[in-house]
Amino acid sequence: MKVTKKDMENVAVLSRLAIPADKEEQYTQQLNDFLEYVDNLSAVPTDDIQPIAHVLPVSNVFREDVVKESLDRELALSNAPLKDDGYFRVPKVLED
Amino acid sequence: MKLFEQPAHVLHDMLVNKEITSLELTQAVLARIDEVEGDVQAYLTVTRDEALAQAKAVDEKIARGEEIAFLEGIPGAIKDNICTKGVKTTCASRILQKFVPPYDATVVQKLAAQNPVVLGKTNLDEFAMGGSTENSAFHPTHNPWNTDCVPGGSSGGSAAAVAAGTAVWALGSDTGGSIRQPASFCGVVGMKPTYGRVSRYGLVAYASSLDQIGPITKDVTDCANILNIIAGRDEMDSTSIDSVVPDYTKSLVQDVKGLKIGLPKEYFVKGMDPEVEGAVKAAVKQLEALGAEVVEISLPNTDYAISTYYLIAPAEAATNLARYDGVSYGERAEDAADLVEMMTKTRSQYLGEEVKRRIMIGNYALSAGYYDAYYLKALKVRRLVKEDYDKAFKEVDVIICPAAPSVAYKIGEKIDNPLEMYLQDACTVPLNLAGLPGISVPCGYNKDKMPIGMQIIGKALDEETLIRVAYTYEQSQSYYQDRAQLGGK
Repeated sequence: MKVTKKDMENVAVLSRLAIPADKEEQYTQQLNDFLEYVDNLSAVPTDDIQPIAHVLPVSNVFREDVVKESLDRELALSNAPLKDDGYFRVPKVLED
Repeated sequence: MKLFEQPAHVLHDMLVNKEITSLELTQAVLARIDEVEGDVQAYLTVTRDEALAQAKAVDEKIARGEEIAFLEGIPGAIKDNICTKGVKTTCASRILQKFVPPYDATVVQKLAAQNPVVLGKTNLDEFAMGGSTENSAFHPTHNPWNTDCVPGGSSGGSAAAVAAGTAVWALGSDTGGSIRQPASFCGVVGMKPTYGRVSRYGLVAYASSLDQIGPITKDVTDCANILNIIAGRDEMDSTSIDSVVPDYTKSLVQDVKGLKIGLPKEYFVKGMDPEVEGAVKAAVKQLEALGAEVVEISLPNTDYAISTYYLIAPAEAATNLARYDGVSYGERAEDAADLVEMMTKTRSQYLGEEVKRRIMIGNYALSAGYYDAYYLKALKVRRLVKEDYDKAFKEVDVIICPAAPSVAYKIGEKIDNPLEMYLQDACTVPLNLAGLPGISVPCGYNKDKMPIGMQIIGKALDEETLIRVAYTYEQSQSYYQDRAQLGGK
């Protein structure tokens, strides 16, 4: 097993996901199977290969910095689970 | 043929010639929805009243003697990961189950300029992650050719609706095959345009360097006409390409004389359903008989494409889906003591299993200590996959292979085995990695009368040749006139 229980806990924290105790083994096994599957890439020599994130030769797309109409504040807040006086409301972030 | 079975170009002519009204047509398609939607379940939202109002407005325009655009008054559907102002856009996820976008996607705006009748929003695998539409948080969609089978995915709702006659046309999105594979499974035409040919603004992001919107239609003529409407540079999407959009309907000609077709040997390998291989090879023979030249080619890095895709797509997804945090839109879990707990509870409670799996794969591949071995490695192999195509396209004009290694399988058959599910994408993901356009065209059936799709792959921004080859083949046989007979087998 490449993936340890600690790895799985770490990846859950990074993902902001809670893994239920009864699923922990299954998730670890699945991630492990997956990593074994993609391990075929290690056979490909890539030392001299440049990575590509985008396939098209498009870079640095600029436009004039002009003020345009934007989304109305009320509309932007219309899907908020909780709002207050024009703001998104969230649980406490800082201690008292 | 019944009204709801006709392609858009035929219906357009009937509207222009005043043989039908848009209201009659829309009522016929809505009646078809009432008749079969219980068996197919292609839709997540049906906007019946809006559809009828749109149809009446078009009829008034026709009555005034005004000219109408191609899609004007013709009922279609939009995949539910494409934002529609004022109409719920859920991505088939519980986390967006009440989300009403405050703006339209660019493609929706472009369509709206044509006054089509929009019937509603179609089902998908949650956030477009899957190939069977079984990962929808709400319900699976059934294949109109055999309702015990999946329609493919993730644009399974759009493909099933067009095949069942519950939409004349539809839009889908394709990240690793999500337009072409369901089109193949449902016996309809589906095109993934070149990356950047169509604006992604308002498409809910899954994997931003791979996602692309495209049409799903009853024939190639409709595909060309809809691509004309949605293609083009958009200042709201900096990855959209600033290049002249040709009139794709000019490519609706039957001519493949001298065209060079490449058959990649790596695609016709073990694991491929022999009936699928047979049908696609017969279709290639047909094109050869019509004047094309066929050569075997090699795309040696094909074997690595699935691994590459399933590292890059989840890595991008992990980043894109970080926005579902319960703060500014979407659902929020109750009873959290602090912000981090609120986010964790929200995501755990409202995201589905496959989505969670891909987010965790992505975060693992991007995390300290593993980044070079997985994510960076995948980006390097992505270049090799692309270079395979660059090399092949120095020799050939198009590449042909199946759109999927099998026909539609039974609902529930593969859902418990994620890895086996991923292997189903072998024929489609390499294109997305290379950004190339691809189209799936019906090319026959297996012994159980389940549709098979031929995939035609083209050079970047050469949708014109794709359309010409697809049209030439389509018109040389009669599959495009077949319609799904609903029912189990």
